[in-house]
Amino acid sequence: MSKYPADLRYTKDHEWARIDGKRAVIGITDFAVHQLGDITMVEPPKEGESHNRGTPIGTVESVKAVSDIYAPLSGKVVKTNDPLRDQPELLNEDCYDEGWIAELELSNLDESKELMTSEEYALYVKDQG
Amino acid sequence: MPVQYESILEEHKTVRTAVGLFDVCHMGEVEFVGPGALSAVERLVSNDVRKLVDGQARYTVVCYEDGGIVDDCIVYREHAERIVIVINAANVDKDVAWFAKSVEGRSDVTFRNLSDDYGLIAVQGPLAVSLLQRLAPEAELAQVKSFHFRKAEMLGIPVWAARTGYTGEDGFEVFVPASETARLWNAMLEVGKDLGVKPIGLGARDTLRLEACLSLYGNDIDATTNPFEANLGWVVKLDHDFIGRAALEAIKAKPLQRKLCAFVMDGRGTARHGYNIYATETGGEPIGVVTSGSLGPTVGKNLGLGYVPIEQAELGNRFFVDCRGKRIAAQVVKSPFYRRPAL
Repeated sequence: MSKYPADLRYTKDHEWARIDGKRAVIGITDFAVHQLGDITMVEPPKEGESHNRGTPIGTVESVKAVSDIYAPLSGKVVKTNDPLRDQPELLNEDCYDEGWIAELELSNLDESKELMTSEEYALYVKDQG
Repeated sequence: MPVQYESILEEHKTVRTAVGLFDVCHMGEVEFVGPGALSAVERLVSNDVRKLVDGQARYTVVCYEDGGIVDDCIVYREHAERIVIVINAANVDKDVAWFAKSVEGRSDVTFRNLSDDYGLIAVQGPLAVSLLQRLAPEAELAQVKSFHFRKAEMLGIPVWAARTGYTGEDGFEVFVPASETARLWNAMLEVGKDLGVKPIGLGARDTLRLEACLSLYGNDIDATTNPFEANLGWVVKLDHDFIGRAALEAIKAKPLQRKLCAFVMDGRGTARHGYNIYATETGGEPIGVVTSGSLGPTVGKNLGLGYVPIEQAELGNRFFVDCRGKRIAAQVVKSPFYRRPAL
């Protein structure tokens, strides 16, 4: 799998979104996971809550640090990845599939245009390394 | 020294089960040389160094006049007229100034900062001795007792191999001339390949020392903490004269107000340096503060150290750690969290 799959869109805070019509599955990127190291706890957002883009919706904690997860897009949380609560290491193993964090029902479809493409994000993190 | 080479959890396990290398060249080394070396060091440190024999080492703290801690360090006696002290990296400038001041005006001892001359490689883990024996087969390093050291030759390089460390495992700290450190480091990685040797980063250094409840200066101890409340009363020997003794005597004569306690978190929340501790799940003022906290990979629980009022530090007592706005229950347990299995 690519480090930054082409079908996803990315934020400067290192979240990804897989947008499908009015819905988006979201998570954190391979870059974020590597920065954090071994992940020991994920606190996903709560189902039913609505969040504006860029607001903190959950946390990821690793042996060395704790970090907020920000909503990459505005919307309502319709589903969360509950297995992450007991198996936070899923994020280290597969942050784009098994390690997804939540599914959102989007409230502003235009926002997706402001996210980065895979190529743009790859360039962006190159400067952050 | 990076935070991690690959994974903190993997590196931690390597040290607990095999052998890991720590590039701790950032640590400081100083020496006291001359007929007055021993008495100069005795006056500087809280522990009793008078009875050390040649090739013996001792953990101690250095205190201010008021009993606050300047640094914690290990004193190595080469012989009566040369004592080497290893000090914390972040404290080198402060310590060197303090140590130099303590010998001001004395003509029987010369004090020098050797930090740029020495490299230091910590070789830690149950297979550490096997690895080092391959590089110094003549030195019989298995015979070196804990907190003792021996001169040896590795790759023709003169080194000191000291059975000391900061991980709670068996192992050595190898003093090597700075210019030869990289060569020795590479040779250790090469010769220990089949033992599973790996370089270990700062992250695992912290989780290892936390499980063993070894203090970290700047977190668990500093100028505002005294050795008794930090559980370091055992390195304070009041039957010799040293800087801070009078204050420590007065502190010891009174009941302790607070104590550094070891605690285990319920569930997955991780306590971290600076988080507040509360007596109750809601409301109230903080009763203490977390000084160190992390997942303990070998113990399999989230661990912490923190100062709390003495009555809250009793074994089995429960309190709450405020983890970013959420209070998570914790319980005081016996220190250390991890003790290595007896051979």
